[in-house]
Amino acid sequence: MLMLGPVGILSPWILLTLLVLPILWLLLRAVPPAPVKRLFPGVILLIGLGDSDSEADRTPWWLLLLRLFAIAAMVFGFSGPVLNPESTAQGGAPDMPLLVFMDNSWAAAPDWAQRIKAAQGVLDKAARQGRLAALATGSTTAMPDFVVARKIAASLSGMAPLAWGQKYEAAQLWAMDLPDVQTIWISDGLDWSGRNGLLQAFENAGPVRVLEPVAARMALRPITVSDGLIEITALRSQGAGAKEIVVLAHGPDPAGIPRELARLSMDFPAGATVAQAQLSVPVQLRNRITRFLIEGENSAGAVTLADDSLRRRRIGLAGDVSGREGLELLSPLHYLRNALTPNAEVITGAINDLILASADVIVLADVPKLGESDQRDLAKWVAQGGLLLRFAGPRLAAADTGRGVDDILLPVRLRAGGRTVGGAMSWGQARAIAPFDATSPFYGLPIPDEVVINAQVLADPGPDLAARTIATLVDGTPLVTQKTLGDGRVVLFHVTANAEWSGLPLSGLFVKMLERLAVLTPATRPDAASLVGTSWVLVETMDAFGTLLASQVSASVSGEAMGNLAHAGAPPGLYTDSNRRISVNVTGAETTLKPAIWPAHITPEWGGKTSARNLSGWLWMAALAALAVDILAALAVSGKMVRQGPSALIIAVAICLPMGFSKGLHAQDLRVDGGLISAASAVTLAYIQTGDRDVDQVSAAGLAGLSNQIFRRTSIEPAPPVGVDLDRANLSVYPLLYWVVTPSQPVPSPAAYARLRQYLASGGMILFDTRDAHVSGFGGTATPTGRRLQVLAEPLDIPPLEPVPEDHVLTRSFYLLDAFPGRHLRGVLWLEAAPADAKLAEGMPFRNLNDGVSPVMIGGNDWAAAWAIMPSGAPMFQVGRGRAGERQREMAYRFGVNLVMYVLTGNYKSDQVHVPALLERLDQ
Amino acid sequence: MTLGISQNSTSLQGRAETLAQNLPPLLARAVRLADGVILGEHGRRRAGVGGDFWQYRPAVAGDSARAIDWRRSARSDQHFVQQKEWQAAQIVTLWADNAAAMQYRSDVDLPTKADRAALIALAISALLIRGGEQVGLTNMPAGRGHVQLQRLAGALSSQIPLGTDEYGSPEIQTIPRHSSAVFLSDFLGDLDQLGTAMTQLADKGVGGVLVQILDPAEEAFAFQGRTLFESMGRGLRHETRKARDLRERYIARLGARKQALSEMAARFGWQYHCHHTDAPEAAPLLWVFHALEAHR
Repeated sequence: MLMLGPVGILSPWILLTLLVLPILWLLLRAVPPAPVKRLFPGVILLIGLGDSDSEADRTPWWLLLLRLFAIAAMVFGFSGPVLNPESTAQGGAPDMPLLVFMDNSWAAAPDWAQRIKAAQGVLDKAARQGRLAALATGSTTAMPDFVVARKIAASLSGMAPLAWGQKYEAAQLWAMDLPDVQTIWISDGLDWSGRNGLLQAFENAGPVRVLEPVAARMALRPITVSDGLIEITALRSQGAGAKEIVVLAHGPDPAGIPRELARLSMDFPAGATVAQAQLSVPVQLRNRITRFLIEGENSAGAVTLADDSLRRRRIGLAGDVSGREGLELLSPLHYLRNALTPNAEVITGAINDLILASADVIVLADVPKLGESDQRDLAKWVAQGGLLLRFAGPRLAAADTGRGVDDILLPVRLRAGGRTVGGAMSWGQARAIAPFDATSPFYGLPIPDEVVINAQVLADPGPDLAARTIATLVDGTPLVTQKTLGDGRVVLFHVTANAEWSGLPLSGLFVKMLERLAVLTPATRPDAASLVGTSWVLVETMDAFGTLLASQVSASVSGEAMGNLAHAGAPPGLYTDSNRRISVNVTGAETTLKPAIWPAHITPEWGGKTSARNLSGWLWMAALAALAVDILAALAVSGKMVRQGPSALIIAVAICLPMGFSKGLHAQDLRVDGGLISAASAVTLAYIQTGDRDVDQVSAAGLAGLSNQIFRRTSIEPAPPVGVDLDRANLSVYPLLYWVVTPSQPVPSPAAYARLRQYLASGGMILFDTRDAHVSGFGGTATPTGRRLQVLAEPLDIPPLEPVPEDHVLTRSFYLLDAFPGRHLRGVLWLEAAPADAKLAEGMPFRNLNDGVSPVMIGGNDWAAAWAIMPSGAPMFQVGRGRAGERQREMAYRFGVNLVMYVLTGNYKSDQVHVPALLERLDQ
Repeated sequence: MTLGISQNSTSLQGRAETLAQNLPPLLARAVRLADGVILGEHGRRRAGVGGDFWQYRPAVAGDSARAIDWRRSARSDQHFVQQKEWQAAQIVTLWADNAAAMQYRSDVDLPTKADRAALIALAISALLIRGGEQVGLTNMPAGRGHVQLQRLAGALSSQIPLGTDEYGSPEIQTIPRHSSAVFLSDFLGDLDQLGTAMTQLADKGVGGVLVQILDPAEEAFAFQGRTLFESMGRGLRHETRKARDLRERYIARLGARKQALSEMAARFGWQYHCHHTDAPEAAPLLWVFHALEAHR
């Protein structure tokens, strides 16, 4: 290969043709443009008139230059120019073992597939050289074995990044003892602690080469809330140039379907690595937000989960509204209001109004007796999940509520009168609060010394008093009791909500207790101190790619272990202690992203970024464009522009047109709304709308192409294909759903899944297409679409699968097929596994299989692209190369025909098994 | 009698169809054109052979008895002879050039020069015949009356382009002495030849008019770029690399030719007029007619 700067020439000898250019120059110069022939009677008057100058008989120099440029571009185009050709040098001695060390933090997730590919490339090369190799990550705890490189390559596809920061401690231990090896470090580009130490260890063992993508890493800090505004802080690792990003807030809509709820664009000024913005959304919307994410960044760092700190609870105060207006500080609600207002929406009113206003919490401060209907409504509200918080007081102590009988709105029976301790008229000291029990929700809260209780209402001892008590005084009398009622709770503080009976409302403990009771949501994540003694269960976990999955493990994590940032012991996700939900993210409030700094002798490189790029097409296009301009120029020079200009312009534009158009197609609006009848009256192929316009267009065009072919080849006459919105459409009329899996596809709502299950159970079929057969075999989680497929298909009742067996009816439902190519050739197609007891039918080359049609088919061959046609009928995409490609497209169509036949006729062809028996019966 | 509808209809069927027509289109157009011209007095203002009364004179010896106007003579003792105004018809010979060069038109909306020449010629014929003159062509003897007009129309509209001759020149042998001639041509041919013809005509006492018919493109010469100019008969060609450069010189040459024609006409007592095919055809008609009046 010949290198000209960054461009390599594959066939340099073709460049010899350039020597012809000077000759062409002379030839072209000598040949003037052809004259226009005109009939003109006045020619007799012209005879003898000579031309005044001799310029025009030569082609103008600029026209010559244009033509020479076109020819030179052609020559260069044919010589196979490649930009940034991959250099063959691997570095290191060819017999030295090779260690491939991959960073596997969340920061490696966005381009994980490229990293795997890069590692694959490195290992392939090592395999060609016959080197030993080993693969290690930051979480490799022991010295990896150096084996033949080919074996290592196989384990690559199983690797996945971790959803927390990079740790090098484990690797550093074994890196000290490395033999002489060359290291290739596929870095995630962030400056994690311990990197330099590990690099030192690697360099001691041999040469180190670093592969590092140049793209900046992006992350979101956990959101904070202040003054009702959501503050979003985005980080990036490299500050060069201004950049605009879009942050999306996701959450369920009122129908429970996950949607994008808000969208905010943020600007990184040039040079800045931190961008901040504030988002203002209505409270109703805000309470539904489950996570924020940077659009287009698939990593756990770019997602920050929202927890209770984002929610503002609506707290209704129903207390003393009668009299005593002047005595504000004595009001039973004063301290409550002050404690609640900063972090919650406080409303005051009658109980009925509070219930109607859908308050989360209703506080009754010293309200002894409720009206009959109020009591019924309130009990119903609590049973539906409300939290009723009651405070005692002189009037409750005086009333006979809960006296001797169980009051539904009181956790315990009360004794008449209450008691006063430590007052002027009583014996004994004022009582302090006893340390909280391990079963208490308050467990772990420090108790200030100055909080003493002077008076309280007393609970009547009963069998369940102990179980309902969650805080006591030092003498064992209950201070706070609670009981569950339906889905909700009733909590009673045996003291007043003001400072009359105790110092509790004046202390910080009071606010913390309210937080623990989930009356209050903390404005910030609970700090480590307030997490002490709590225990949390992971309900939703986030993988390194920022995808939320229902957690599989149910072991609880202690509050102390949870810490501030996600780590191996506490993976990122949403934790709950049954009342509260807090999130653990991979970033913290102080996180910054610092790019990795490598020593001067190591230059990070990245094959993926500066990947080899064939320039031939561009050069040919330039040559064509130059020739198109030449048409116009030649016309202009010879004076024909006036008459033939317009048509020449059309030709030139027609030549240039295909260059600009790659996706000029506008798919028709194929929404099914109202088209159900037409879909039911003819066979209609349908695809599931992914929300990605381009993908949907290709699906529509693909099914249109397939319908076309089916119409032409079979007796099926399909209607035009439709796109199906899972949340709305009636699926029952479609025999087949084509579902392209995109990495960013939203998960359908539970209602949509219910419909899908019903559809599959009643004989429908879904063809999943992950479109990734060119990068992976099916089944791995190495590709984003593969992972997404797992998420999407999880709620469906998918039977055990197997690759299409040789004797499956799909291979002969119309054409005889042995492969199912789409735009990609090699992908495996999976469908429902045959029962284990299927036997080979007698005299037939296939087994006697079960009835019915496989409910799903899963593959990654990107069939729609192979089927897709433009409105003109021409194929939309190129498939393969040349004639073999056309053959591949034909086979793709055949697969489509077989598929539709299979869907429509089921196991009809399998019934051939019974033909001998039928014939025999006919004989009798 | 042969009537043609156009130069192009050379097929038998086309000719047969035109035979059936009473009035060829060319003649119709020409007559309509001629109807627009109101003729003034036409008498010779002297006694002679004619239809209109001129004067009575006393009969002299030699007058035949039949010549005596008995009604006038009866009122007196003398014999009177009635004299008519002399109305001797003039002979006008027309030449509508039909050489290859005359078949040129620069735009499909314009008539060819030959078309225009034939139209003007026939319109003049119609006017003259209405005035009682004898009209003929250079290749057709003069005559009078409606029949002659039909004959002229047939001859003019059936003129076949002369294949080989690039530029036409008039046949002067058939032009009678002391008659008038009207030459309609682009006069792009040999001027010397024309000069010789006019000299001979002057010797025969023939006067007349020259009407030069040109296409607007020949006047403007709005060509550019590399061009190969060919004459209509493909006989002459001239190639240029920059047609625009030739424009000035071409126009100068054309001007010189017009000047030469004008001078030549003046020398022999003829009159010269230049007409463009994009101008209305009535203008040259009037001009020609008055020029002929003046010549008489």
